[in-house]
Amino acid sequence: MRYIRPLSIEDAVGQLAGSAGAAAILAGGSDLLVRMKGGFAEPELIVDIKAIDGLSEIRETAEGFSIGAAVPCAVLGENIALKKAWPGVVEAAKLIGSKQVQGRCTIVGNLCNASPAADSVPALVAAGARASVVGPAGRRTIPVQSVPTAPGKTSLAKGEIIEAILLDKREPRSGDAYLRFIPRTEMDIAVVSAGVNLTLDEHGVVKSARVALGAVAATVLLVEEAAEVLVGSRLDEATLERLAKVCAGACRPIDDKRGTIEFRRKVAGVLAQRAATSAYARAGGK
Amino acid sequence: MNFDPRFSGRKFASVGTRPIRPDGIDKVTGRARYGADFNMAGQLVGRVLRSPHAHARIVKIDTSKAEKLAGVKAVITAADLPDLTDGDAAMYDVLDNCMARTKALYDGHAVAAVAAIDARTARQALKLIEVEYELLPHVTDVDEAAKHTAPLINDAIFTEGLEEKPVKPSNVTKRSQFGHGDVHQGFGQADFIVERSFKTEQTHQGYIEPHACVANFSSDGTADLWVCTQGHFVYRQHCAQLLGMEASKLRVTSSEIGGGFGGKTHVWAEPVALALSRKAGRPVKLVMTRDEVFRASGPTSATSIDVKIGARKDGTITAAEATLRYSCGPYAGSWAEIGAMTAFACYKLDNVKTVGYEVLVNRPKTAAYRAPSAPMAAFAVESAVDELAKKIGMDPVDFRIKNAAQEGTRSSYGPVYGPIGIGPTLEAVKSHPHMKAPLGKNQGRGMACGFWFNFGGQTCTDLNIGMDGSVSLAVGTVDVGGSRASLSLVAAEELGIDYSQVKAIVADTSSLGYNDMTDGSRGTFSSSMATISAARNAILILRERAAQMWDIAVDDVVWEKGHAIAKGEKHGNLGKLSLKEIAVESGKTGGPIAGHSELVADGAGVSFATHICDIEVDPDTGAARVIRYTVVQDAGKAVHPTYVEGQYQGGAAQGIGWALNEEYIYGKDGRLQNAGFLDYRIPVCSDLPMIDTQILEIPNPNHPYGVRGVGETSIVPPLAAIANAVSNAAGVRMTHIPMSPPRILAAIEAEREWSK
Repeated sequence: MRYIRPLSIEDAVGQLAGSAGAAAILAGGSDLLVRMKGGFAEPELIVDIKAIDGLSEIRETAEGFSIGAAVPCAVLGENIALKKAWPGVVEAAKLIGSKQVQGRCTIVGNLCNASPAADSVPALVAAGARASVVGPAGRRTIPVQSVPTAPGKTSLAKGEIIEAILLDKREPRSGDAYLRFIPRTEMDIAVVSAGVNLTLDEHGVVKSARVALGAVAATVLLVEEAAEVLVGSRLDEATLERLAKVCAGACRPIDDKRGTIEFRRKVAGVLAQRAATSAYARAGGK
Repeated sequence: MNFDPRFSGRKFASVGTRPIRPDGIDKVTGRARYGADFNMAGQLVGRVLRSPHAHARIVKIDTSKAEKLAGVKAVITAADLPDLTDGDAAMYDVLDNCMARTKALYDGHAVAAVAAIDARTARQALKLIEVEYELLPHVTDVDEAAKHTAPLINDAIFTEGLEEKPVKPSNVTKRSQFGHGDVHQGFGQADFIVERSFKTEQTHQGYIEPHACVANFSSDGTADLWVCTQGHFVYRQHCAQLLGMEASKLRVTSSEIGGGFGGKTHVWAEPVALALSRKAGRPVKLVMTRDEVFRASGPTSATSIDVKIGARKDGTITAAEATLRYSCGPYAGSWAEIGAMTAFACYKLDNVKTVGYEVLVNRPKTAAYRAPSAPMAAFAVESAVDELAKKIGMDPVDFRIKNAAQEGTRSSYGPVYGPIGIGPTLEAVKSHPHMKAPLGKNQGRGMACGFWFNFGGQTCTDLNIGMDGSVSLAVGTVDVGGSRASLSLVAAEELGIDYSQVKAIVADTSSLGYNDMTDGSRGTFSSSMATISAARNAILILRERAAQMWDIAVDDVVWEKGHAIAKGEKHGNLGKLSLKEIAVESGKTGGPIAGHSELVADGAGVSFATHICDIEVDPDTGAARVIRYTVVQDAGKAVHPTYVEGQYQGGAAQGIGWALNEEYIYGKDGRLQNAGFLDYRIPVCSDLPMIDTQILEIPNPNHPYGVRGVGETSIVPPLAAIANAVSNAAGVRMTHIPMSPPRILAAIEAEREWSK
């Protein structure tokens, strides 16, 4: 096994593209090291990206925020501007693992691990986040929901690295929220999760919405019918009831050790309601 | 040796205080040495190859490729552990469980092992071992396995305990029955009857430290074993027997232990490590991974229990009956029998009958888990008792008080009780402020009682007085819950010196006579009895030495508050002699001063507890949260109250995990789906409320200080107390443990459908 710590993204891309055997990117290592220890991954090359210039920064730009691939989730919680603009994304990142894990793990790692139960992904999908990808063929920007294609699989080509997650600048009267269901209070993996992102008009009516569900299909689901239910409403009881129904119907869950199909459908609806209510309040809705 | 174990009702100076434990600082600073912290020069890494199949015949094992791998020093299979059990069926099962001989009986069953120069080589070597399996049909569910149509796990087993010897083999290894009176007649007198069936899933003790040992087999045929265990003397016996050694040639040292709860009372890896070391000619360290701990150590039984209880309008129980089916793993056990004995032990019953069935399944061999078998029986019985109280319209505490066993009651399992604590714990609960705490929306309160036998057993202790007057105490019961502190307090109490002058250690198997394991809540009970006896023997010698120093008759010397005192007027001018003053002179008065004791600690007093629990249920997700929890338990005498409280809280914490989330989940393929702490959910800190405790002290008449075991009873009531609370909070009776969110939500939804 070879471990390298390149100083530039180009070098990292080159090393990954040129590797003969299995290669892995190391940021926080909270997934990779566990997999290696368990004997599930035996990479021949490990590319540590933490020394690459700029990858450990959150930058606030005219367009919004750029969160580097090596930024630990704990740091997201310390960025006041980001927390104010995207509280749902930050609360999702701050639910991963434990305090100790959050000091290491990253949202890009969470995305590329491609687990349907990843905590930060539904929040990012609801937020309309994009991933900036660097590869042998240059740079491209893609929506985050197009990165995971199946459990453990991504659309990234050999040699490609996500260097940053991009979040838009916030319109006024916007709010997002993320909730997950776990049987414990922490140190757990989502059985079902929901991210909701809303923008209201000046009358408190939902102008635009995005609803994403986690752990109810092979990848995180962006539920457009659920967004349609919310748009034009003030989140009255009937709307919330319809939201729950649409979300339950959109799920394609499985029975497994973490929950049953019925449980996931029902709770997906409940969490969507609760996340929508929270996002609505954050957007200033009453 | 004339040792009088009877309760004497003395006033205490040291016992009942709360000093810091002698092992505390090393444990919190990380210096304490646990099983995996021991290392030897030239040590190899041992690893075990395990069956991925639930049930399979082992057709062939080819180890030749693994043996040729550079760095591999030994590869073993069952052939390297020949059968030396000589007709001892229980030991044969232990041997077969350590290394499968003809069939792999569960996912995780060991089939081969390697010793190599490092972990990487050992892992590679495992991949090079070729095992040819012939798959057999399997069964993992206790009810399925008990059916006539189930795949047979062992066709040489015919159900014992039936009136007629069966003609066909069965997975049910034994039927046992307890009780007295006539239940049929009793139910005839009942105005109300509750009859229900319950299920509990299999759980693991969840000790944080995985099994670990270092084995060093010398070419002269002797061996050393450093190991994390609850009973190093028992490990020595078993390992010596399985490896064909004389027990005295194997010296076993117990490390510090990161939890056992009954799970470290059985050998698994240790005979394998010794066999690897014998073959390789080098020390071998073998540490289980967490995955291996779950798949291949000894969880508790999964159960299926039917209960029927009848009572008159006035609240008197007229009859009680239970049928209990417990899974044993693939080897015969007596788990249902224990469940059948404990089920109704809290109550005074004229008509009671319990029947237990031991059931083989393709799961790891069941081991003891803290008051083994009692929590599941209590869950079923105390749920039905609660429901019956409701039906009658009585307060659940009053209903239990009315039917509680008392001194002189014939227990449901046979013996007549002496002074016991069930009534007092119930009275204490009735007046506890917890019972008056306000409940909010979606919150419910539950309570339940629990019983455990406790055990005494063989015990041997040495107490040595140094020439500076300090005392070293060597005990043979492994310290799993603070017993070194408690036993130091007892030695200080007897000798009349300060706690700080006593240092207790757990001696290895070559330094002390045989001791039973730390199980049955016996550590402090039995070793304190032996410590009192050893201290009294030492005091006899101290008095003799003082008499010699004074040149008077030993009968004229008494021992009081750490001093020899010459009694009688004729010695009135002699001052006191302290323990230290006598010790300093010991070289001139006859040599070292020591007290020894070996005894069988009979009369472990039975123990009772009553728990109260408040739960909040989210009716939309089925999530349950414990918001308040109180343990009331009889300790006989709390030697070190802090560690008694720790035992109370620990049992409740484990019970909360078991009740709400912990379970072994098997796939259709018979493989364990959740062999790790991520999906086998023991509670994390934030899942638990502050667990309040109340210690009652109803002295055990068979111990000089009145001590009873306290370690196990605390896990007996929680499943039932929590189930009763959840049922009250959710408005629907929960009968399947764990009450995980999907199960609670499904029950709520079914109730909503039904009431539409």
